[in-house]
Amino acid sequence: MTELLALPTQRDEEWRYADFAVLQGLAPERFGEWKDIELAPGETRRHCTVLGSDAPELHRVRITVAEGARAEMFAVIAGSDYTRLEAQIRLAKGAHFEFGGVTIGGGEATREIVTRVTHAEPDATSRQVVRAVHWGGATGNFLGRIEVARDAQKTDAAQDFKGLLLGRGASANAKPELEIFADDVKCAHGAAIGQMDERARFYMAARGIPPDLADRLLVRAFIADAFTAMDDPGEQEKLLAAVLGVLEARA
Amino acid sequence: MMLTIADLHAQVDGKPILDGLSLTVNAGEVHAIMGPNGAGKSTLAYVLGGRPGYEVTAGSVTFAGQDLLALAPHERAAAGLFLGFQYPVEIPGVSNVQFLREALNAQRRARGEEPLSGAEFLKLARGKAALLRMDIEMLKRPVNVGFSGGEKKRAEMVQMGILDPAFAVLDETDSGLDIDALRIVGEGINSIMRRPDKGVLLITHYQRLLGYVKPDVVHVLSKGRIVTSGGPELAVQLESEGYEAVTA
Repeated sequence: MTELLALPTQRDEEWRYADFAVLQGLAPERFGEWKDIELAPGETRRHCTVLGSDAPELHRVRITVAEGARAEMFAVIAGSDYTRLEAQIRLAKGAHFEFGGVTIGGGEATREIVTRVTHAEPDATSRQVVRAVHWGGATGNFLGRIEVARDAQKTDAAQDFKGLLLGRGASANAKPELEIFADDVKCAHGAAIGQMDERARFYMAARGIPPDLADRLLVRAFIADAFTAMDDPGEQEKLLAAVLGVLEARA
Repeated sequence: MMLTIADLHAQVDGKPILDGLSLTVNAGEVHAIMGPNGAGKSTLAYVLGGRPGYEVTAGSVTFAGQDLLALAPHERAAAGLFLGFQYPVEIPGVSNVQFLREALNAQRRARGEEPLSGAEFLKLARGKAALLRMDIEMLKRPVNVGFSGGEKKRAEMVQMGILDPAFAVLDETDSGLDIDALRIVGEGINSIMRRPDKGVLLITHYQRLLGYVKPDVVHVLSKGRIVTSGGPELAVQLESEGYEAVTA
């Protein structure tokens, strides 16, 4: 007998804002594809990536971070079709997870980042910063689940999402979810969705900055927080350029 | 004639504010516009700058031979118009240096001039900051973020010095300044703008800035139009007798 894959439905919390019209067109085996990464004790590893194309993409990754190790992931979703980055992270004692993510784009597509960070042991820390910039009829989602195990005391977890909508038809969804079983824990989360600051745009124009350059400067400032934790200016520039390239191609 | 405003009518949210305003500023002149709250002073500044939502319903504005109202806001700046804001806007995440270099180079490109390099720009910025006694370190911080009211106004004048406009419309640049800052800002305006080829429209509530920046002409604005004009002595008279006596 073949093993039945449990395909996601809209009732699954982690899929509730996904685009099922697109998902139904994907081959079922793609939902079973996970990339597994293991960090050894004390190891530091950084992964920078630009995802998305003109076809739907699913990227699912599981990262196990051993004692005292540090996993960093910085991702830009820049495609023109449905793109999903899903990351499950398990933190051992004193481990750290750093995540910076940006979704950007127009059209009608949904781009989403879904994380599940499990603080399985004491003293682990995690920080997630996600920015979404969308226009047209596009949607940007961030679903971030933080689980703190019963004996994971001194957990320090932070999650910060901001959406910037450049048109009336665009939308953003943020869904923080905390499941905490320890009592000596810090879990901070924030979410805000707004529009371009028209006062700032006029102020810039009054100094001679044309609207497209003003948007570029303001979007760059808006997404910068997602990459400030990265101490590699070269990689940082690459990711910023990927984001701004999508903005410039805006019709 | 540098700036000619003729029979200007303008409205905001469908509410008429400017009602047939006319005035002419020649090169080399500083004009002050005074008037009570609600007279239309800030509306005039925003209409000249081209702020969205400030709708001109009649009249014309000619600036250096061009139809100013036909230009987009950033084109007005490139043409040499500077608008000093009563409430300068904070822009988190964009440093003053980055903002001003982008602004200056955008203006230069629009005029067909070569952009300045980073080093050339910093040298220029350092000089203008010193003129306004502003620490260059402040220019590395985000635009106006965390600046006090007085620091914002001084930063506006540093911006004006760097952009070196042909004409400045300064909207209540004196508000929020203490006595020392008022003198520094006044001297800054004189040193940057008191030139035979430049002009200034100084919008103010009080006479105090006019002690440092001597106007050639003082206009009184009331209910959207100029009701009387005169020399510097008019400002003194307004201060002692009040707007009501003069506009009645």
